[in-house]
Formats: sequence, C-alpha cells, structure tokens
Amino acid sequence: MNSFRKYAGLVSVLGILVAVFSLSSKNFFQLATLISIANQIPDLTLVAVGMTLVLVVGGIDLSVGSVLALSSAVMGTFIVDFHWPLVASIPMAMLIGALCGLINGSISIGAKIPSFIVTLGMLEIARGATKTITNSQTKYIGSVIEPIGEPLPWLMLSPAFLVALGAVVLGELLLTRTVFGRYCIAIGTNAEAVRMSGIRAAPYSISVFVLCGLLCGLAGVTQTARLAAVDPNAAMGIELSAIAACVIGGTSLMGGRGSVISSFFGVLIIAVLQTGLAQLGVSDANKQIITGVVIILAVLLDALRSRFAINVHLSPKEL
Amino acid sequence: MKQDVDSILTVQGLTKRYAVTVLDNVCFELRPGEIHGLLGANGAGKSTLCKIISGLVAPTAGSMSLASQMYSPSNKQTAESVGVQIVQQELNLIPTLSVAENLFLGRMPHVAGVILQQELQRRARVALERFGLDSIDPKMMVSRLGVGYQQMLEIAGALDRPCRVLILDEPTACLSAGETARLFERLTQLAQDGVGIIYISHRLDEVATICQRVTVLRDGRVVCTRDTHNLTTAMMVELMSGVNGEQCEASRSLTPRTSPDENQSGKALAAGSFDRKSKRIPLCSEPVAITIGSHSETTGRSVLLKVEGLTRKGVVNDVSFELHAGERLGIAGLVGSGRTELLRLLFGADHADAGWIRLSPDFRERRMRHPSQAVRAGFAMVTEDRKQNGLLLSQSIRVNASLCSMRRRFSRWGWIRRQAEQKTVQEVCDSMDTRCTGIDQIVEKLSGGNQQKVAIAKWLIQDASIFLFDEPTRGIDVSARQRIYKLFESLAMQGKALVIVSSDLDELLATCDRILVMSAGCISGVFERNEWSHEKIMQAAFAGYSGGMA
Repeated sequence: MNSFRKYAGLVSVLGILVAVFSLSSKNFFQLATLISIANQIPDLTLVAVGMTLVLVVGGIDLSVGSVLALSSAVMGTFIVDFHWPLVASIPMAMLIGALCGLINGSISIGAKIPSFIVTLGMLEIARGATKTITNSQTKYIGSVIEPIGEPLPWLMLSPAFLVALGAVVLGELLLTRTVFGRYCIAIGTNAEAVRMSGIRAAPYSISVFVLCGLLCGLAGVTQTARLAAVDPNAAMGIELSAIAACVIGGTSLMGGRGSVISSFFGVLIIAVLQTGLAQLGVSDANKQIITGVVIILAVLLDALRSRFAINVHLSPKEL
Repeated sequence: MKQDVDSILTVQGLTKRYAVTVLDNVCFELRPGEIHGLLGANGAGKSTLCKIISGLVAPTAGSMSLASQMYSPSNKQTAESVGVQIVQQELNLIPTLSVAENLFLGRMPHVAGVILQQELQRRARVALERFGLDSIDPKMMVSRLGVGYQQMLEIAGALDRPCRVLILDEPTACLSAGETARLFERLTQLAQDGVGIIYISHRLDEVATICQRVTVLRDGRVVCTRDTHNLTTAMMVELMSGVNGEQCEASRSLTPRTSPDENQSGKALAAGSFDRKSKRIPLCSEPVAITIGSHSETTGRSVLLKVEGLTRKGVVNDVSFELHAGERLGIAGLVGSGRTELLRLLFGADHADAGWIRLSPDFRERRMRHPSQAVRAGFAMVTEDRKQNGLLLSQSIRVNASLCSMRRRFSRWGWIRRQAEQKTVQEVCDSMDTRCTGIDQIVEKLSGGNQQKVAIAKWLIQDASIFLFDEPTRGIDVSARQRIYKLFESLAMQGKALVIVSSDLDELLATCDRILVMSAGCISGVFERNEWSHEKIMQAAFAGYSGGMA
C-alpha cells in the first residue's frame, strides 16, 4: 500500500496520457502499438537505470550516449571483422562500457573533479573513438544480432525488453535492499557525514559509475540489435532523455533521492508521449515543445506534492 | 548610567532570549576616545552583545542610544550608516574579488552600473595607506593574501567608512607580533580622534595593555566594569569565572536524593545497574540539576588509549594524555583552543603532523588516516555540527542510526537484514526516549535534542569503546540534556571511555571524572575531580594566550 502511494502520481500521469491518446487516435490503444513502444525503449531504460544510480550518489553521467555508441562499435567490429560469436562479443561491449565508467568514476572521485566535467570530456572522447573505429560509416551486421531486438513469438516482447526489465528490477533491489544501495543514498545525501561515520565512500561512488558504464554497454547491444547495424551517430542526446526520465520519476539532481522503478515510469511516459504524438501526426517541432512542457509539468507537480506533504507532516504533533 | 552626556554609546537593560537567555538585563557604556575591553568565558554573551550593537541581531528587550540619540539599528547597513562598524572574528571577505573590490563592496564608485576602476583603485590605495598597508596591491586577489593581511584588510575596510563606534572581535587571533603592534598603534590613533572602540580578545595581556576599561560578562550578565590600570590578568580571570568558583559550583550541584522508587529513568540503556554507592539520577523535572553521582577513581583502571605528542601545525600542539576504561574525560578550553581539532585528529578526520596514538591491548604506535580506521579501532565521534557532518538530515532515523553498523550487524551477503535493523534501531531509540512518530520519520523533522539522540544512537549500535563527544548538548533542551548525561554515566559503567568537549564548564564539572584544559593548542592543565575549581580551569584556559604563563 505504501509502494502503491509512492508510484500513484506517476501511474496516473501515464494513465492520463494513454487515455488521451486512445481517445484521440483509434490506432493507439492496440496491441501492435503497445508492443512497438515496449520494443523501442530497452536502450533508454538501461541507460536510465544507470543514470538513476549515478544521480543518487550525487554525480551525473553525460557520456552515456557516446559510451553506448562506442560499445556498439566495438561489438560490431568483433562480430564483423574478427568473426567472433555473439555470445563472446556481447561481454566485450559491456566490458568497454564498464571501462569508460571506471575512467569517469576514478577521475572524478579520485581527483575530486565534478563528474559533470569529466563525463563531458568522456562524451567527446568516446564519440570520437566510435567514429575512428567505424570510419564514420554505418556498419551492417545483419541477422546474427536481430533476434535480440525482435519480439519472441509466444510473448510478443523482445529479449532486449526483458533484459531492460530485469535491469530495472535488479537496480531497484540494489538501491533499496543492499548495503551498497544504502551507502549510495547516504553518500548522495551527505558525503562528509558518511566519512565521519567511518565509511570510505570512494569505492562505492566509483562502482556506481562502472555500473552505469556497464549498463550503457548493454544498451549498446540492444540498440545495435534493433538496427541490425552499428551507427556511429547512435544515441546522440540520450543523456538528456535519461536525465529527463529520472527527473520525471522524482530523482533528485542533488543526490540522495531516487528510485529505479520511478525512472522506468519516466521512460514509459516519454515513450508513450513520443509514439502517441507521432500517431496524431504532430510535427517534430511541436513534439519537442510538448515533451518539454510535460517534463517541466511533471517536476512541478512533484515539487508541489512534496511541499504539500511536508505541511501535512508538520501540522499535527510538532508544536 | 549617569554619564550619559559623556558617552558615545549607552546600552540599557539589554536582554536577548533564544531557547535560553543569552543576555540578561545588560547595561554598558562606551565613552568616546576609549578602548573598552569586553571579557567573558565561552557563551558569556560577548558576541551576542556586539551583534546587537551592530544591528546583526535584534534584542528581546532593552534600549540603546548613540551620542544621546535613540539607536535601534534594524540591520547592519543602518548601523554602519550612523557610524557603528564591526569586524567579526570570521572573515567576511570574498576571496575571488580583488582587494579594492572587497574594500568597497556595496559602495563602489560607478557610472550607470559600470565600475570606475581608476577611482576605485585610487580610493583603495588611500584606505590602505591610512592603515599602513601600502605594500598591498589593490588589484590583487584577496585569496592570495595571508590570513593576517586579510584580517587587517577587514579592519581597514571598516575604518574607511564613517566611524564613531568600532567593534573588534578577536582581531589579533591570527596576527603576528609586528602586525599586532601596528594595529594597536592605529587603534590608539583612532581613539585619540574620538572613536569609541569595543575590543574583544582572549589575550588578556593585550587587553591590559591597550584598554582603558573592561566590562566583564558572565552567563549573560554584567559582572562589573573596571579601569584596567589596577587590574591584573589574574584578577580578570577571577572576575570571569565568578568571584569565587566554589559558590557557583555549589549552586549547580545537586544534593543526591535518596527517596526510593522515584527513579523513573526507565530502561537505562546499558541495563547496567548503578553500583551501591552511586546516587540516583536526577529527573528531568529539575532544570539545572546535573548528577554528580558515581564518579569513580580513574587510578587502577586499565588504560585504553595513550596519546603521545599529537600535533597538527597551527591548531594542536604536542598533546599527550591517557584515557582509562570507564573514564569520562572532559576537555575544557576557549573556542578555538584546538579542542575540536584534537578530537578530529584522534578520529582520523584530519591528519596529524607528529605524535602517536596507542591503543590497548598492543599499544602499537599509530596514526589514523581515515575515520574508517578509527571506527575499526573502536572510536566513535559525535560531531559538533550534527547538521553538517553528523546526520543525513533528509533520511530516516532508521537509515541514520544503522549507517555505521550496516556491514557488521545488519547485512548478510551484502543484503540488508531489515528485521534485525528495525528491531535494534527501535530498541535504541526507545531506550533513549527519542520522541518520534516512528523510526521511519525523517531526521530533519525532529527537534534538536532528538536529532542529537539519533546522532549518538548510531554509535551505540556500533558498540564503540572510545566515545568522542564534541559539544554534545549544544542547542538542545533540558530533558534531552539530562538524558545524555544519564547516557554518559551508563556508558562509563560499561567500561567505555568518554572524551567530552564542551564550552559549558559547569557541564564538564558535573559529568566528568577528570578535566583536561586546552589553551592555544596545548594542554595547559589537567585536573582531577577533587582538585579542580572554576577558577583554576579558567586560569588554565587563558594561560596559553597571555604571554607570561604557559
């Protein structure tokens, strides 16, 4: 009951969006549309899970899109040029993602440089590396990888979506049920208090960046599967969509507060909006405007709600 | 005050109450052309008085007049505009701006918002020269100046404005002897020009040299105003600590009550029953009563910690002492004497430049490099500023209380054992009478006293053996205070060692077995329970600051 209340706001926003689109377009509330939405979101979902964790420890990762593309390019090279099997190439994608995360984390935590700056650098580096590897050309991979992105006939959902869903569940468990997650929340809330409690924060903060990189690597795999090709310009700007999803879900950019499931709702809201507006034939320009308005509205609603909650809390017993 | 005509500033019946009364019916008079020392121990009310005079704080009651006119500044700006300037202890400069910009912040020469750089530099140079600071380039960034120069710069800035009353709070704290001499020269000049100067300092010999009169404050009241020429520094200490220390102590201590069944103390945390000779713990209903019961002899108890020559340049100097199991060691001293810094060195929050910490049982030479080492070695530290670095304010009581012990007590394979966590946190909170709606309440919404209980609870759960308390009862109500004193006692009963830093001397006198006095970074005295007095401790606390002693 407690958890229902926690997600009530997000569920109702999502419900309203679905209702509006269903009423305005006959094609929206159909299995085919819903399946197509589900199969489009694995990349963003995986990235948003990683981003949530990074935001919770009080950091930010702007390099997610580039790292995703780099992982995809590395995997593509192994498959196409070195003729590695898929099962061996996927771990390479995750490894390269994790490596980028490790670099991000070690530098920003070790040298106490804001992660905004370090990951901004990584954004450029990883994108440049991707272009070098692919010669700035789209590399076709073909049917080897396609099954990952295609719906399973008996379930109508793709393995990629299931993987993303798994990441959401695991991410939420990590954050709420493990010592690691508890420390992350504590570090994001007040790093000095954590230090004065006798806990070394650095290993945890760095691990979070590694984890985020790893998830970007995985997102690189699902992305490549969907296109059946490596696109050197893939996932440009996904960092902003991921941050938007987290923020819609109520994750604080100041650290210490966040929920992976809420971020997933954020992803769903963005995806439903995109698909719904496209079906209505709204132009790209207007789609952008509406998406922006929804992001601000969602956060505004959350701010008003928490302010209201505090007032309710204070009134009865405190004085 | 009879000499109204003769005074530039008169303060009548000034009172300031927060939760407690900080200033009580204070009368004070400043003559033009005099340097007037303001003396008092920690928390005597000096700073509050100055803040009221300079418009930073509004009084609860009382009136002031400036040159026979009603004076009630609503903020610092109005005070400054009528010529009351204050230079506070903490520097208020903006490090990334230039010297000139800092001097004229808020009153820069400009045309339509564009700063006239030439004019600004010229005026800055004049202001600096007047203060003998010609060597400073007005274009230099303030962060590149030494602390001493920064302090001088602040004073120069205050003096560049129209000035009838100048308040200086510890101006010489970080000045060298040469700089101090130059400052005094300038102050004497100013006084000759008819400015009234209020001068606060721990350095009593300075006060004796430069001030014509002193006013002594104690517990928010004026003790007396005296001429300095027939006052020694020893007499000043005597005045600050009370004409005779015994009187004060006696009024504070509680005659042990023997009536049975009145002890509602409930579950004492330790569940350790007090030994036969010990007295009952006073109940919360007695506001100032502090237990004196069950102070044990420290001799014969096993040594838990030996500190040898611990030094951190500029703040803690060659500190050595021993700490025994079951001992409550108080650390007294003026604010800034290195008490907090000493605790931080012991806890590994700062790094020592020299000296060792030896811990039982092996007494190996070691230094703490990180609080995590200290915690593993059995230390716990309740920090002075619980909001800054003691608590996770926006998290629940549960998260805060279990934080230190998460790995050790509340996890299996990295997963949180929520039931165990719930049970333990609930128990400890109950045992400390923490008032809350439940352990999932956000700490920010608790009262100060209950927040402090949570800050302590996390170390009780961790089960440390050496507890470092930095101002454990600051800003908390009487009942919470009583609860914490009770806790000290039960912790000592269990054989834990406690180091308690407090600015409230009476608190230390009532709760500790032994008191160590720090002065200017050094230990200036160690007192056992049977040999201490208010006065001796105060004397020791000031010792490091007056050239003759220490």
